[in-house]
Amino acid sequence: MPNIPIVETILNVNDQLAEQNRRIFDQAGVLALNVMASPGGGKTSTIGRIIDALRDEARIGVMDGDIVAIDLEGFAAQGIPVSLINTGGNCHLDANMVHSALPSMDLSALDLLIIENVGNLICPAAFKLGSHINVVIASVPEGADKPYKYPAMFRGADVLLLNKMDLAEYMEFDVAYFRHGVEVLNPGLTFFPISCRTGEGLGDLAAWLRLRLAEKAQARG
Amino acid sequence: MHELGVTQSLLEIATRHAEQAGATRITRLSLVVGELTSIVDDSVQFYWDLIAAGTLAEGAMLEFRRVPATLRCANCAHEFPLSHDRYVCPRCESSRITVAGGEEFYLESIDVDLPAPV
Ligand SMILES: Nc1nc2c(ncn2[C@@H]2O[C@H](COP(=O)(O)OP(=O)(O)OP(=O)(O)O)[C@@H](O)[C@H]2O)c(=O)[nH]1
Ligand SMILES: [Mg+2]
Ligand SMILES: [Zn+2]
Repeated sequence: MPNIPIVETILNVNDQLAEQNRRIFDQAGVLALNVMASPGGGKTSTIGRIIDALRDEARIGVMDGDIVAIDLEGFAAQGIPVSLINTGGNCHLDANMVHSALPSMDLSALDLLIIENVGNLICPAAFKLGSHINVVIASVPEGADKPYKYPAMFRGADVLLLNKMDLAEYMEFDVAYFRHGVEVLNPGLTFFPISCRTGEGLGDLAAWLRLRLAEKAQARG
Repeated sequence: MHELGVTQSLLEIATRHAEQAGATRITRLSLVVGELTSIVDDSVQFYWDLIAAGTLAEGAMLEFRRVPATLRCANCAHEFPLSHDRYVCPRCESSRITVAGGEEFYLESIDVDLPAPV
């Protein structure tokens, strides 16, 4: 039986949709973040802290892939444009869900769009959304072995936050073991240990995001 | 759920190459799947049966070759399988390690029927 050699990489149609989202963000001059973490890792808390730090300098909007809008109501009450992405109980966001939610958000009125992904360290890693920066949040109570158990998530990160540092002294979190796993998977990855409770490290994170926003503004001309 | 999108791409690649070769039928697809891709064979198979129906590839067999995730030591060049608790070279104990394999996901070849020569 004739055999035809091919060797062609199989793409995900999701990746093509993600590129389309990226173009939409770029045209609107918006910097988009995809925030990923385990359930309860601190996605919403971190987003709240970023808003507090940057809201006087940047126009910020939040999209949340969740089943209920509780996390968003607090932001909406502060006058932040928000949009609930209907995940239908899914374990991750994909580019199509984000695309469908875009009409509910006036991108031309934003500098920074923060997308809170579904709490999960496995599935979101496989689905690009079109965001410019993948923000992965690990947290101290989850343990230092997460890079070893969920390599794809850490490999795809553009910036890594280690949240709940206020608990480190109680948890005997082995930071060196954690960082070594990350370094193997994603050499040179930007890393901020933070605490949404005490505010530790959040100034450094905000400064880093400020630079990314300035780059975006420059690209916009 | 995750595998629907890749299954569509798979069908597109296979039928494009089969048509170029003038094949009348695709009977087998050989896929290479790295461990780090989180692709589940059974799910691809499930969507494949739905999607390939009524195409050149209807009824074709999917053959998965799994590539384990491997690490390479930057110190002694030793390659070894990724373990999920320790990233250290088993030969020289160096911790200067990089990912060497496990992210591949491609269609390696297809088996086809060609029209009988006239
Ligand atoms: N001690 C401590 N608790 C924190 C910190 N950050 C967040 N928390 C708490 O952790 C819990 C979960 O935080 P969220 O910000 O809701 O986490 P999330 O990732 O958005 O959670 P889901 O959306 O439900 O997946 C809340 O009770 C927070 O108050 C921190 O730095 N230190
Ligand atoms: Mg949340
Ligand atoms: Zn070695």
